[in-house]
Amino acid sequence: MASHLILPIALPMLTGALMLFISNRHCQRWVAFAGACALLASAIAVAVTVHTDGIQVLHAGSWAAPFGIVLVADRLSSILLVAVGVVGVAATAFAFAGVDPRRESAGYHPVMMVLMMGVSGAFLTGDLFNLYVWFEVMLVASFVLMALYRNRTQIRAAFTYVTLNLLASTILLTVLGLLYGKTGTLNLADLSQQWSTGDLPPLHLPMGALFFTAFGIKAALFPWFSWLPASYHAPPAAVAAIFAGLLTKVGVYSMFRVFTLLFRDVPPSAPSFVLLLSVVTMVVGVTCALTQRDLRRVLSFNLVGHIGFTTMGLGLATSAGLAGSLLYVFHHILAITNLYLIAGIFLRMRRTSELDRLGSMYRAHPYVSLLALVPLFALAGVPPLSGAIAKIALVQAAFAAGAYWAGGIALLVSLLSLLSIARVWDAAFWKPAPEDPPPALPSWKQLVPIGGLTALTLAFTVAAGPLTELTTTIASDLLEPDAYIRAVLDETE
Amino acid sequence: MELLLAITAGALYAAGLYLLLRRRLAQLIVGLGLLTNGTNILIFTSGGLTRSIPPVVPEGSETLEPPFADPVPQSLILTAIVIGFGVLAFTLVLAHQVHRLNGSDDLGDSG
Repeated sequence: MASHLILPIALPMLTGALMLFISNRHCQRWVAFAGACALLASAIAVAVTVHTDGIQVLHAGSWAAPFGIVLVADRLSSILLVAVGVVGVAATAFAFAGVDPRRESAGYHPVMMVLMMGVSGAFLTGDLFNLYVWFEVMLVASFVLMALYRNRTQIRAAFTYVTLNLLASTILLTVLGLLYGKTGTLNLADLSQQWSTGDLPPLHLPMGALFFTAFGIKAALFPWFSWLPASYHAPPAAVAAIFAGLLTKVGVYSMFRVFTLLFRDVPPSAPSFVLLLSVVTMVVGVTCALTQRDLRRVLSFNLVGHIGFTTMGLGLATSAGLAGSLLYVFHHILAITNLYLIAGIFLRMRRTSELDRLGSMYRAHPYVSLLALVPLFALAGVPPLSGAIAKIALVQAAFAAGAYWAGGIALLVSLLSLLSIARVWDAAFWKPAPEDPPPALPSWKQLVPIGGLTALTLAFTVAAGPLTELTTTIASDLLEPDAYIRAVLDETE
Repeated sequence: MELLLAITAGALYAAGLYLLLRRRLAQLIVGLGLLTNGTNILIFTSGGLTRSIPPVVPEGSETLEPPFADPVPQSLILTAIVIGFGVLAFTLVLAHQVHRLNGSDDLGDSG
């Protein structure tokens, strides 16, 4: 029994509860930061035990699986938990540079903790209904963060976001109802075992389609991505950063988990459908990014486009494809979180993120600009930065799987993405500003988390070898889930 | 009975989805409520309907002999109802806020 698996969920919850008793805003920031650091530490501890002792399972209340709820940490979950910790630490550190005081007194920090708890729970759980509950925890927290003390654009954005995400949750709940009716269990390992030994139940294709729709909405895949660009440009920088870094990835993770565990023997047409949608998502997202005139909207559409890369591996349905996609997920979490934080610098210094009104950043603050250059070019996939490594892995996998068209389009999209990022660099950093910018200095409190994430992006390149090895192992774990099933079902305590 | 419930669930989904496509927030929120309830009925029905067989071990017996009502779907629905209620309350507050800011509950007018 691995009791420490509860920590990544319990620590943010306790921190959030503790903060309700603290009225001093400065104190709250420190407690939030300490909570996020504790979350990161516990996530690293889980990752280390998973690495040394294999898959960790916690049967809640010592109820044997499949009757109770299980928390499972395998390599994939534990690495993603570490990513939650890193993004959480960066976002809470960013709050030291200042949050809208009304927002802060209305419970900004506690809700942020609830959001992290929801994301950690979703990564850890081994039970589908529990996954739905974590989705709701995460969503309600994100709804509140999006709608806390808002202006007109924010509230409009909030409504689009709320409606589509609630629809996704309803669809997920619907498929869970059907699934329980057919199989009598919602434990992932148990379902996987039943489906691999016996015949697939009737309705398994509609169920797969419903799962894909529900997770596709959360992950912002084409044709369900419209809520993301409509809403992510509105909230403050740290909130948008944590949303962009983590929330869509939860959808992608759930897809990986459910489709590799449950739908192992689907007809080959299903993955090629996923591949097609991924490729369309890339093309649509990145071409839309080219037409945008606002930094945060460019980032939102790039986020959508790059989600296509993270699901492409699932469509290729090969070990190399999954490994490439996972590499992409890790790279993308670091880069996109950082870029939304950088948009926060512009909001603070120039009071806008419209590209037409920005400029002269490089001349005024060359070192800050260089800090921003790394994640921007990493996102665009300029070698030797992290994006290029992940893209090369994916395109190679596509060619190896014979999906030359997908690999070709992915390369073309990378080029378009580079074009849109180069436009951002030109408009925001290089060109002379249309009016003299206010002589504001970037706050070092904002630069520290950005610098940290930039350093991690650079470290990604240095550690590319071990990371590729790790994702390859995770991919083969995903394709051979017997160890996962045994760990959950066989442990007798 | 299953057929009746299945048709009810389907009707609730259809009405809910139709209302979600409307621009007025009041209708949208009613639509969300209908969808949630349709899902609850679907879980209830697909969990298997039984009549007057509670999952209780009878006196003098050691084990529970099937058939008996499955308690799990009911607990799932209970959880879903509570979550749905909370979320619905949140959307109502949000709609109130929109109305206060815009003087209209038509999302198309708020730009």
